[in-house]
Amino acid sequence: MITPQTMLTSLKEVGSTALFILAAAAILELILYFVLVKWLKSKFAFAFMLLAPAAVGLLLLVIYPLVWELRLSFTNMSLRAFRNPAFIGLENYVKVFTTPVLKQMRFFPLLRQTLVWTFVNIFFHVTGGLGLAMLLNRNMRGRGIYRTILILPWAIPQVIAVLAWRGEFNYTYGYINVLLQNFGLQPVQWMTNPTANFAAMCITNIWLGIPFMMVTLLGGLQSISGEYYEAADMDGASGWQKFKSITLPLLQPVLTPAVLLGTFWTFNNFNVPFFINQNELETSDILVTGLFRAAFQYNRYGFAAAFAFVIFALLLVFTIFYMRYTKTLQGGAQS
Amino acid sequence: MSATTPQNNVYKPKRSFFKSGKEDSPFKRLIIHLVLILACMIALYPILRVFAVSLRPGNRLLSTDLALIPPDASFESYRIVLFERPFLSWIWNSLIITMSTALIGVILAASAAYAFSRWKFPGRGAGLVFLLATQMIPASMLMIPLYILAIRLNLVGTYRGLVIAYCVTSIPFSIWILKGYFDTIPIDLEEAARIDGASQMKTFLQIIVPLSTPALAITFLFNFTAAWNEFMLARIILGSKEELMTWPLGLQRLQGQFQTQWGQFSAASIIVTIPVVLLFLYSSKYLLSGLTLGGVKG
Repeated sequence: MITPQTMLTSLKEVGSTALFILAAAAILELILYFVLVKWLKSKFAFAFMLLAPAAVGLLLLVIYPLVWELRLSFTNMSLRAFRNPAFIGLENYVKVFTTPVLKQMRFFPLLRQTLVWTFVNIFFHVTGGLGLAMLLNRNMRGRGIYRTILILPWAIPQVIAVLAWRGEFNYTYGYINVLLQNFGLQPVQWMTNPTANFAAMCITNIWLGIPFMMVTLLGGLQSISGEYYEAADMDGASGWQKFKSITLPLLQPVLTPAVLLGTFWTFNNFNVPFFINQNELETSDILVTGLFRAAFQYNRYGFAAAFAFVIFALLLVFTIFYMRYTKTLQGGAQS
Repeated sequence: MSATTPQNNVYKPKRSFFKSGKEDSPFKRLIIHLVLILACMIALYPILRVFAVSLRPGNRLLSTDLALIPPDASFESYRIVLFERPFLSWIWNSLIITMSTALIGVILAASAAYAFSRWKFPGRGAGLVFLLATQMIPASMLMIPLYILAIRLNLVGTYRGLVIAYCVTSIPFSIWILKGYFDTIPIDLEEAARIDGASQMKTFLQIIVPLSTPALAITFLFNFTAAWNEFMLARIILGSKEELMTWPLGLQRLQGQFQTQWGQFSAASIIVTIPVVLLFLYSSKYLLSGLTLGGVKG
C-alpha cells in the first residue's frame, strides 16, 4: 500500500538533501575559484577544483569520523555515559584482549573463528570458482546458459539470498533437513547448535562467493594464449603439468588481486553472519559482527571503538605483508 | 596501456575458446555437462524455492513438500504484499534514495578521477593509497562514529544523514574504476581541443564524458546496487519506523524471528529480485572489465 502523501514526504526529504549537497559543492567551487585561480594562480587550480567536492566529502564522512572514533576509543563512552564520557587512556585496548568482548566471547576465539571463516570461504571460492571456470573455458554447447545461471547467486540482492538460505536451514521445513530425513538421517539443529550454525554460515557464503571468482578467473583463463597449451601438448605434457606450469602462473595477475579483494570481503562480511544468525548465538560471530554487537547491542561505544581499531590494525598488517609478498597492486597505486 | 583506445582495451573481451588444442572426447564432454548441470541446480535451487513458497496459498506456507510449483498455486501473497503492506513505500524510498545518491556519487567521483588521471598534483600518490586503504575499513567500524554523530546532529530517523553517507562511501571505489578508464583515453584528443581554444571544463565535459559513457554507466550501476542493498547503516539511522524503511529493512521485518510471513517475504523477494537480476546480467560483463581494470592496472 502506498499513498501519494508518503511518496511526496520522502521525495521532499531526499530531494532537499540532494539539493543541499549540490549547493554546498557549488559554494565550495566558487571559493576555490577565487582562491586558486584569481589569487594564487595555481597551475593545478582546475585539478583541485575537480577534486574538492569528493575530497571534502571523504574528509567529513570518512577521515573526520575515524579520527573522532580514535579519540572515542580512549574514553568510556557508553549508553550510560553518553553526554560526558571520561578519558580513560588505553584501558579499552587492554580490555579488548583481557576481558570478554561480547557477553562471553573473548577476542582470540573470535579472531580464530574469523580466520577459519575467511580461510574456509576463500579456499572454496577459489577451488570452486577455478574448477567451474576451467570447465567453462572451452568451446561447447550451452556455455552462455551455464554461465548465466551460475552467475545468479552473485546477481541476487545479498540480503534476499541470505534470508532465503536462512529459511532453508529451518529445522522442520528447511530443504536441507527434509533432504537429510529423506535419506534416513538425523535432522540438524542449524540455528541452535554452534558448529552447525557456523557451517550454515559457511555454506551460504560459499554459495554466494563462487560466481565472482568464477567470472574473474574465467576472464583470466581466456586471456591465456592457446599456443602455450599447443606447445605443451607437443612435448607430451599431462593435464596436471599443464595446469601447474601454464595455467596457474599465467593466472597469477588475476588471481592475486581477486584473492585479496575476496579476503577483505569475507573478513569484513557482515550480511551473512548477521542474517543467518540474527544476533542469537555469540559463538557464530566473527570480528565484524561482534563489533556491531558490542557497539549497537551492548552500547559500549568507547570499547567498541578500540575494538574496531584493533581489527583495522590486523587488516593493515595483513595487507602490507600480502602486497609486499605479491607486489601486484603496488604498480596500480603508484602509477 | 594508455596508447590503446578504450574500445580495444575494455569492452571487447577476447573470445578465443579453442584452448585445449584438441577436442574433448564425447565421454569427457558428457561428464563436464553433468557437473555443470549439477552446479547450476545448486545455484538455482534456493531461488526457485523462494519462488515456490511465494506461490503457496496462506494456509500451507510451511510445508515439507519439495515440489517446486505447488498444486494449488496462487498469487495471494503477492496481492497482500503489494496492497496491504507498506512494501511499495519501501521500494519507493529505496528507489529515490538510491537513484539520487548514485547520481551524485558518480558526478563527484568522475571529476575527482579525471584530476587523478591527468594531473600530477602534490599529494596525488598519497591520495591514491588512501583511496585503496578505505577499502579495508570494515563497514561496522565507520558505523560507530557515524551513528553517534548522527544522534548529535539530530539526523536519526531522517533520510538526510543516510543520503549524504551513501553519496560519499562509494566514491573511493568509483574513483578507482573511473581513473583506470580515463587513463586509457589518449591525451592527444584533449590537447587538440585545447589548441582549438576549448576551456579545460569544456574539454572534460565535451570530450572525456561522452567517451566514457560506458564506464560512467557501470560506476552508476555499481553505486546503485551498493546503496540498493545496503542494510546496516539504514538500520541504525532510520530505526524502526515502518513508513521510513528501505526494502532490506522491511524484508527483514517480514522475516521476523518468531512469526515469519514466509509467503509475503518470498513474494516481496521475487518482486525485488527480478529487475535487479536482469540489470545485473545485462551489465555483468562491463562490470567485470571495470573491476579488473581498476584493480590490476600495472
